[in-house]
Amino acid sequence: MDLCLFSSINTFVTDPLTHEFMRKALFMSSLVAAVCGFLSSYLTLKGWALMGDAVSHSVMPGVVVAYALGLPFSLGAFIFGVGSVALIGFVKQKSRVKEDTVIGLVFTGFFALGIVLVSKIKSNIDLHSILFGSPLGISISDVKQTVLISLLVVILLSVFRKDLMLYCFDPRHAKTIGINVFFLHYLLLTCLSLAAVVGLQTVGIILVVAMLITPGATAYLLTDQFDNMTIISILSAIISSVIGIYCSFWFDLETGGSIVLAQTFIFLFAFLFAPRYGIFKFKKFFSNYK
Amino acid sequence: MDKPNYQNYRIEAENICVDYNGKVALYDANLSLKPGQICGLVGMNGAGKTTFFNSLTGFVNISKGKIRINGETLRSAQKDQTIAYVPQSEGIDSQFPVNVWDVVMMGRYGSMNVLRCPRESDIQAVKDAIARVDLMDFLSTPIGNLSGGQRKRTFLARAIAQRASILLLDEPFTGVDIRTEKLISELFIQFKNEGKTILLSTHDMIHVREFCDLVLLINKTVVAYGETSEVFTPENITSTFGGISPDVLFGPES
Ligand SMILES: Nc1ncnc2c1ncn2[C@@H]1O[C@H](COP(=O)(O)OP(=O)(O)OP(=O)(O)O)[C@@H](O)[C@H]1O
Ligand SMILES: [Mg+2]
Repeated sequence: MDLCLFSSINTFVTDPLTHEFMRKALFMSSLVAAVCGFLSSYLTLKGWALMGDAVSHSVMPGVVVAYALGLPFSLGAFIFGVGSVALIGFVKQKSRVKEDTVIGLVFTGFFALGIVLVSKIKSNIDLHSILFGSPLGISISDVKQTVLISLLVVILLSVFRKDLMLYCFDPRHAKTIGINVFFLHYLLLTCLSLAAVVGLQTVGIILVVAMLITPGATAYLLTDQFDNMTIISILSAIISSVIGIYCSFWFDLETGGSIVLAQTFIFLFAFLFAPRYGIFKFKKFFSNYK
Repeated sequence: MDKPNYQNYRIEAENICVDYNGKVALYDANLSLKPGQICGLVGMNGAGKTTFFNSLTGFVNISKGKIRINGETLRSAQKDQTIAYVPQSEGIDSQFPVNVWDVVMMGRYGSMNVLRCPRESDIQAVKDAIARVDLMDFLSTPIGNLSGGQRKRTFLARAIAQRASILLLDEPFTGVDIRTEKLISELFIQFKNEGKTILLSTHDMIHVREFCDLVLLINKTVVAYGETSEVFTPENITSTFGGISPDVLFGPES
């Protein structure tokens, strides 16, 4: 009986691994999740959730144009991601419209442009895979691009880890001690665009913002230590990817949606049961009965 | 090369103006401070105190005027870790996941390598600074779990760890108890004796009398500036606070 259970769990875990596309999907999504999770702790602390949403939606026309021209899609996405940020900054500075309005305005404009372009260009672009991701059908050249971009983001974030933390925490002090705040601001935005580019492959444009904020928010509830927050954020993102992909394999679910839903459930769990900041405050509960 | 009058002054601000998207917050402000001087910055809410600090740290750009620190540009003063800024409590996200040690270590970032790896000397500086503000028992306490006064002391320790010769303190006495107030004002006297230059904003008139050599009264521009004994008069204070009589500020005995 026990043995039977064990072996069925074993099949549950190993069966999918016999498929090449599943191994690839697991590897890619975990990598992408780790990158987005790393960035996520900065974005949640800086309060850039809306910015993440904006950048990830704005890459849409870039992806379409790049496909149409036969360029690497990451290049097009990156240009439009950064372009949207620049445009947001410009409109905000030159008009009296409030920042969140400008952000919403710019990214929906870009997104709409992308959708119109898809309908006009009518090449072999798979709108569904752009919008919802297709981790099970990633091509080899996409794998290479994703690995390269991921490495770049991880290196940048690792090198400027502490500066970025200081920038999020107290930009005034950073400026006072001669740290280039302008550079850090655009570094973070660049990493955001790049992470959105890799993230959209696994979960698609619409949900990529979840990869960029949910792990960080989960980690924020679980720790008071910045380094731990980064680690928890990365781990929870990877675990969600693995859970999401397995679920989509066994229960035939949309992969991107499953991954994000797994992240949401982990967040919910932290929200309810986090030792200090959960609504049930388990630590207090235990210490009362000691 | 002659730069005669610069050598005497730590801070020199000449006719500085700051505006936020066209809205003027500070205009034609002048200030010059020498080593070992403590200057109080007094003005009502929205008078431009924080703005003044922001322009001296370079956090906002001045639209007009000139700032010289030790006769050099602001840029090189920043690079040399000359200026330390202790923020107003409102300017800080107290839920940020860092502890006392982390915050004080940030004071050393400017003199570390790119990766900000602390050396032995940095660790020592941080320890000394934390000891001076009497927070040794709170080294690994997250700043969110500190009291307001303890948090103030943490940021003061960061400024100490930075070993800056100019300290800019935005309302260091707001929301602290008598004991912390005493500790902070004793530290200020020590800094003064070490030759540091201090500019602090405060709403408490008693402190200005107690240990400020100079006082700068502002209301979007300089209302009065000079030796405390000469400038800190009821008339000047009244005009700084838009007609409120000093009795209200000092209590009836003054
Ligand atoms: N970032 C900003 N954007 C736009 N206006 C600002 C900004 N910061 C300050 N102001 C405006 O500039 C003026 C001066 O503000 P400042 O914060 O310097 O006042 P303060 O003297 O420090 O006041 P308090 O005693 O309340 O701290 C105010 O009218 C304020 O509304
Ligand atoms: Mg202020």
